[in-house]
Amino acid sequence: MTAQPLPAAQVGQTGHDHPHLHPHTDDQQHPHPAGAALASRPGHFAPALRVDGLTKLFGRGCPECITLTGPEQETNTCSVCGTLVACANVSFDLRPGRTIGIVGESGSGKTTVLRCLYGDLTPTHGSANLAGYRDGGRSIFEASSAERRRIRNFTLGMVYQHAWEGLNLRISAGGNVAERLLAAEWRRIGQIRERAASLLGRMEVPVSRMDDFPAHFSGGMQQRVQIAKALANGPSVVLLDEMTSGLDVSVQAGVLDLVQEIQRDEGVAMIVVSHDLGVVRLLCERTMVMKNGRVVEAGLTDQILEDPHHPYTQLLVSSINA
Amino acid sequence: MHTTMSDANGTNGAHHENGAAGAQGLAAAPVIGAAGAPAADHLEGYNYAFLDELSKKAVRRALLKGVAIPGYQVPFGSRELPIARGWGTGGLQITLSLIGPGDVLKVIDQGADEGVNAVNIRRLVERTSPGVQTTLDTADATVIQTRHRIPEQPLREDQVLVLQVPQPEPLRNVEWREAETRRMHAEADYSRMWVALYEDVVQNGRVTRYAGYPVLVNGRHIMAPSPIPKWDVPKLHMAPHLSLFGAGREKRIYAVPPLTSVVPLSFDDYPFAVESFGGRSCARCGSLNTYLVSLPDERGGGIYICSDSNWCDGALAAREEARP
Repeated sequence: MTAQPLPAAQVGQTGHDHPHLHPHTDDQQHPHPAGAALASRPGHFAPALRVDGLTKLFGRGCPECITLTGPEQETNTCSVCGTLVACANVSFDLRPGRTIGIVGESGSGKTTVLRCLYGDLTPTHGSANLAGYRDGGRSIFEASSAERRRIRNFTLGMVYQHAWEGLNLRISAGGNVAERLLAAEWRRIGQIRERAASLLGRMEVPVSRMDDFPAHFSGGMQQRVQIAKALANGPSVVLLDEMTSGLDVSVQAGVLDLVQEIQRDEGVAMIVVSHDLGVVRLLCERTMVMKNGRVVEAGLTDQILEDPHHPYTQLLVSSINA
Repeated sequence: MHTTMSDANGTNGAHHENGAAGAQGLAAAPVIGAAGAPAADHLEGYNYAFLDELSKKAVRRALLKGVAIPGYQVPFGSRELPIARGWGTGGLQITLSLIGPGDVLKVIDQGADEGVNAVNIRRLVERTSPGVQTTLDTADATVIQTRHRIPEQPLREDQVLVLQVPQPEPLRNVEWREAETRRMHAEADYSRMWVALYEDVVQNGRVTRYAGYPVLVNGRHIMAPSPIPKWDVPKLHMAPHLSLFGAGREKRIYAVPPLTSVVPLSFDDYPFAVESFGGRSCARCGSLNTYLVSLPDERGGGIYICSDSNWCDGALAAREEARP
């Protein structure tokens, strides 16, 4: 199920050359295209993120769990021990500045993958090597909890489906953005406010509302504050979890425009989780389709949409074209 | 306090104290663990310094751990005492565990030696710990138990300061779950504390905390310095003396060893500042550079006097002496 190496003629920008706020993310600037020859050079880690065999079980688990679940069995609950296999053997490479999409129905394990990567959940098996952590030489799942927090604060950004998961609604919008800057030991209020104002301004949140509580914001504005927060420390990988699900179509379009702009200007790598193929078609060069905790199909987004192989993907594609 | 002690004696079958000046004796009663001859005014039937030896040992072990990890809150099994939890039992357990013959104890309540809480604690120690002297004079004391103040008189390396702490967790305002605050301390994940200070500055133009201003100890742990005024916080930084903090109700002990950095949390462009009294001096002793508290005067106005009564007395005596 591993995503194949990227073809040289792939769409998307080369970029990972924007000024970083943190030196730890600076060691991954590679000339483009990053081919197989580069990847095989010893000590050289080409992808921004390489996930291998990521598995998360909820329950005590048994030897039969993996074989008794999955799309063929049409379940993710083990019939022997009752363990829920949220995701199993998820592997992919994410190159700097690129975007990968994960689509699938509710409960297919998309969000679990993101939460394991961000550190909200501890995976049962698997590894994830991040260029920003020890040059990709060690899985972030083996990091100590303090290191994990550092990775989360400096190298990753996350936008949750629900604003209240990613934001503290009882502190100001500026304060929410400031939280990540303060975690990175910014200690001048003037500078913090400048950076927060410029981020919020880019996200089209009126700077006059910077000191208001996000609880009083519209859903679209809350999501834009979340994106500003996720980008505050110049992360190398941003994880976006169903960020447009609760929004009406015109607001969705605004948020998606913004994300496209960020892709163009910031050169951050992204993982976009959505049950909406339209979102993935717009934002992602590559896509993985998940069902019952497994990746059933992976490849170029255009190919998947034009020529879906797996019956579930065919169903998904026909449903948006209908 | 008197009632409590009389009851205790009654159940022991000893004769009753009459509750007056407390000067007449319960003499000749053997005190377990006491070194030397028992003093004239002590209680019968109690271990030396009230707590049993194993309890005192447990408290001292917690103290050692606290000294080894400056600012880290060490859980300990807070014992029952004849004063209620929340009335200085944490500080008292530390004092009782440390004190021995030859020690000189000073007890302060909000700067004053005459507060009812201070008087009662001092009397309990006097009556259960023969050989321990008590004093009002900061310079004479070897152990100083205090609530909400650090004496104006700079402390020496041979003195121990014991502070009573109502709420040992500096992060409690931003996180109510104990498991979560312990994780935050373990990972030095203090961004939420900083956000709270940022929000304070944004809403009010400055950090509006007064008592118990949060500090970073030894560059690692954020610590509540107990509700001392901001005025007293710099006295903890690189101090020659040992500071011990006890929270009896919350069952936590922590410490700032001598010569340890204690830095108030602040922003580069909004620096920490102690209270200002607008150039006022103490109406009683005339001291200019002390922490003042306001009292109503006869005309319905307010006068300011030193919060540290012992310092004020000393300054007043010095002024009288200097007068021709």
